[in-house]
Amino acid sequence: MTDTRKPSAIALISGGLDSMLAAKVILDQGVHVEGVNFYTGFCVEGHTHAVRAKNKNKQKRNNALWVAEQLGIKLHIVDVIEEYKDVVLNPSHGYGKNLNPCLDCKIFMVNKALELSGFDTDSFDFVVTGEVIGQRPKSQKNETMPIIAQESGAHDRLLRPLCAKNLPETLPERAGWVNRELLHGFYGRNRKPQMELAARYGFTDYSQPAGGCCFLTDERYSSKLKDLWQFRGEKNYELDDILLLKIGRHIRPNARFKLIMAREEGENRFLRGYRKNFTYIEIDSHEGPLTLVEGNPSTSDLTLATRLVGRYSQGKNADEVSVTIHHRNGVSEQISASPIAPHEIPDNWHIGL
Amino acid sequence: MEEIVDAIGLLCPLPLIRAQEFAKSTKPGTTFIVHATDPGVFRDFPAWCRMHGHTLVDIVEHKAEQIIEVTIELGN
Ligand code: SF4
Repeated sequence: MTDTRKPSAIALISGGLDSMLAAKVILDQGVHVEGVNFYTGFCVEGHTHAVRAKNKNKQKRNNALWVAEQLGIKLHIVDVIEEYKDVVLNPSHGYGKNLNPCLDCKIFMVNKALELSGFDTDSFDFVVTGEVIGQRPKSQKNETMPIIAQESGAHDRLLRPLCAKNLPETLPERAGWVNRELLHGFYGRNRKPQMELAARYGFTDYSQPAGGCCFLTDERYSSKLKDLWQFRGEKNYELDDILLLKIGRHIRPNARFKLIMAREEGENRFLRGYRKNFTYIEIDSHEGPLTLVEGNPSTSDLTLATRLVGRYSQGKNADEVSVTIHHRNGVSEQISASPIAPHEIPDNWHIGL
Repeated sequence: MEEIVDAIGLLCPLPLIRAQEFAKSTKPGTTFIVHATDPGVFRDFPAWCRMHGHTLVDIVEHKAEQIIEVTIELGN
């Protein structure tokens, strides 16, 4: 870096409060900051709110974009769906409480951030994250901080402004690009210091996702992903697989098949987009959910599927419901059956309940 | 004739990501169109354009075709 150019930083922006504060602390020290948000397919942001009809009138914002606007910085939203698979499928540091590979994920994201060139700069001088030691049980601990710095390749070009005072000096501090005295020494799970800092900056409207920034921290979602791997017989996924895990009721009566059943009109509409790729069931006799069938069901399985569809339709108390089953090969068949009674559905058929 | 970025069926933020990828390899001043179906674009694209100095020329929903058409002129 020459003396005449402003130092530049790339800040990981999740859309939550901590990354917002971290970027702001550095921005206020006169550094040129741009944000980056990685789209893995598991993000809590976006998606499901667009799908569910009840949310139609309160279009949720994309928090990362919103945060960047509040800060007055540019945001790169980067598609890492393909590359991220390796992080989820083979995390060298293992998973957290659920299928969240937080430590590997952080290493991956810091590394990817370093590879970026900015809109106003060829490369960034350092990376900023909103990590706080002790905040997350697995990925944000004293021991993991240097691991992320080393394995991402960032080394001392990784600055965590919210807890920097508890960590060794980094390059931006030594080089005088930022003043260590103006950084923070937050520690642990207590959110009060962050709230106070937010108030000082006048931030009143911000998102604080419980659990984490992606669906992999969600127990129910992780159960569905484990089920997918188990019954496909391989640990892998495509984007559509992981999007569908966020939608509808997932019912697996046996190893041969699983049903993905819409719970309301928005999900019905969304699942309709997948009719080409699945055998699907439409109920003819009553109002009811569109249902995708995954796997290779037998004839008696399809009768059971019809009974289950009946159970979640307006015909749940009728003697019989009739459905059309559209097979993937283009053949359709009509089936009638009595809706299944609630006590006949074992709890373990509901994946991730 | 403006180039069209096809984001039909993609959920947000993918339409934005596709537009951003197109913008990176396209000259400033170019006008292009994004075809999308996720109504989240009504929120995301104005913010993205403001942030990056692009002009949001138009954003309309064609109800009959169920397509949202976003027209953008790239800034510098
Ligand atoms: S919660 Fe998800 S996105 Fe956040 S660090 Fe963990 S794995 Fe990565």
